[in-house]
Amino acid sequence: MSARPVALPGGHGLYEVRFHGRGGQGTVIASTLLAEAAFLEGRDVQAFPFFGVERRGAPVLAHTRIGEGQIRLATSVRYPDAIIVMDPTLVRPGSPIFASLRAGGDVLVNTVRPPRELQLAVDGHLASVDAVSVAIRHGLGSRANPIVNTVILGAFAKLTHVVELSSLEEAIRQKVPSHTDANIAAAREAYGLVEAA
Amino acid sequence: MTRHLLSGNQAVGEAVRLARAQVVAAYPITPQTTIVEHLAEAVGKGDLLADFITVESEHSAMAASVGASIAGARAFTATSSQGLALMHEMLHWASGQRTPVVMANVNRALAPPWNIWVDHSDSMAQRDTGWIQVYAETNQEVLDTILQVYRLAEDKRVMVPAMVMLDAFSLSHTYMPVDVPESDVIDRYLPPYSPPQKVLPETTQLFGSFSPPELCYMELRHDLEVAMHQARILLPQVEEEYTQLTGHPSFGAVDEYRTDDAEVVLMAMGSLAATARDAVDALRREGKKVGLARMRLFRPFPADAVRSLGERFHRIAVLDRAVSYGSGGPLAGEVRAALLGIADPPVLAAYIAGLGGREVTQEQIRSIFERLLSGNGLPSEEWVGLKVEG
Repeated sequence: MSARPVALPGGHGLYEVRFHGRGGQGTVIASTLLAEAAFLEGRDVQAFPFFGVERRGAPVLAHTRIGEGQIRLATSVRYPDAIIVMDPTLVRPGSPIFASLRAGGDVLVNTVRPPRELQLAVDGHLASVDAVSVAIRHGLGSRANPIVNTVILGAFAKLTHVVELSSLEEAIRQKVPSHTDANIAAAREAYGLVEAA
Repeated sequence: MTRHLLSGNQAVGEAVRLARAQVVAAYPITPQTTIVEHLAEAVGKGDLLADFITVESEHSAMAASVGASIAGARAFTATSSQGLALMHEMLHWASGQRTPVVMANVNRALAPPWNIWVDHSDSMAQRDTGWIQVYAETNQEVLDTILQVYRLAEDKRVMVPAMVMLDAFSLSHTYMPVDVPESDVIDRYLPPYSPPQKVLPETTQLFGSFSPPELCYMELRHDLEVAMHQARILLPQVEEEYTQLTGHPSFGAVDEYRTDDAEVVLMAMGSLAATARDAVDALRREGKKVGLARMRLFRPFPADAVRSLGERFHRIAVLDRAVSYGSGGPLAGEVRAALLGIADPPVLAAYIAGLGGREVTQEQIRSIFERLLSGNGLPSEEWVGLKVEG
């Protein structure tokens, strides 16, 4: 595929996303699916976990870099253009994780609560999506441990337009071997639930 | 050729599949484990027609690989850090018996304290074992290099094992686009392994037997040294052929970037070079004439290419991601030795950085370049980003 002509949000040629999740939620897979979707659109990409030990239930980080041109950087993401929070228990009022967000960036939190109730100091655009309900409706994971990664990405595609929904669907089709159609349907539903920033 | 998003470890797995390795004997260790998983799956699915030997340790992994190679099979293994350290004894057997085993080593720091992150001290500690050592910068290069070193290692003039290094996490677990060549292209590049002689159960030959001082021990060691020099001479050819077949770039033993009109040059290895490239570009945009010389081949050591740098540049910085305790950075030491005797030798500034996965930022590399340009206070050994108590 040829390079996508559209400039990336943020206006600096490189778009960096940091995911905050808990081990077992599919956070690292989320970062690779987002990269895969952008890759399908002809972008250069990188996806990498927080370079560390992953344990079920413990906080984990993952990162995606999307470039208009070649990406060489081999360092961690310091100033993300967007932050995705996969688990609402990872943030509370005054949470420090948003301090590194690039001014005017996007934050997406998986929670039943609307953004204004979260009392999060975000120098940018804050959105929320009830990814758990969507995941459960589509039978992704269990009620106790729903897998929200594809749902979150559907909402994120709408919020930021950094990738097209169709590219995300194709990435899921190629890289998610289990419950593929349910994951696509869930991503699509989440896409319809949020407003673009 | 198809382009996929692959982690460095998956790129290793794809290369080994394309190389049609016949025996894989490996023991899992973080962050190498997904290489073993990838290969076990490829063998299970029939994508790789190899015997997959589960072993009880890395020492046994190397012993099994050497045995397979002596029997005439193309052998592969992978490890990291403590696993490589445990292999140490068998690494000498692989090179001493001239078995062209290929291994991927995910560069990870050595304990104590436990640390699973990147530095080069594990493979640097094995530099005298008679193995070819190549350090990769990107996942594409990981895939390409494994195929290239099979060709090089199995060349009758070489017959020396080879290890390919990829940085823990920043390559091993980072997904990047990688062009995967078609298998018929690689089949043309890398024909089946056919050793000059092999030991099979029905034959009576001894490998690695016994040699008292007056017999051939010293001569065999000399042969190994000669073979290593051969490997250095043959590497450009092996790369060039690969480039012709695949269209992927050749880098040579020392990969120079924007050095044509540079005033100063930084030497680095592995994924640090990727960050250094961005620093070079940023400084170039400001009109500062800086360049990068990435050391890709460490064994055999490309002393001629290093001397050429010394003849062209008056100030060189060397960035080591390992320490030879009491002697500084191993790369800096080798570079200093290579530069001896040249007329008007350059000033060398030596830095140790990024041990145990400590991040090395573009700003730090930039500041090394700026000091190099100013020529003031150039250190004979400085540790970058060291936290000072106080």
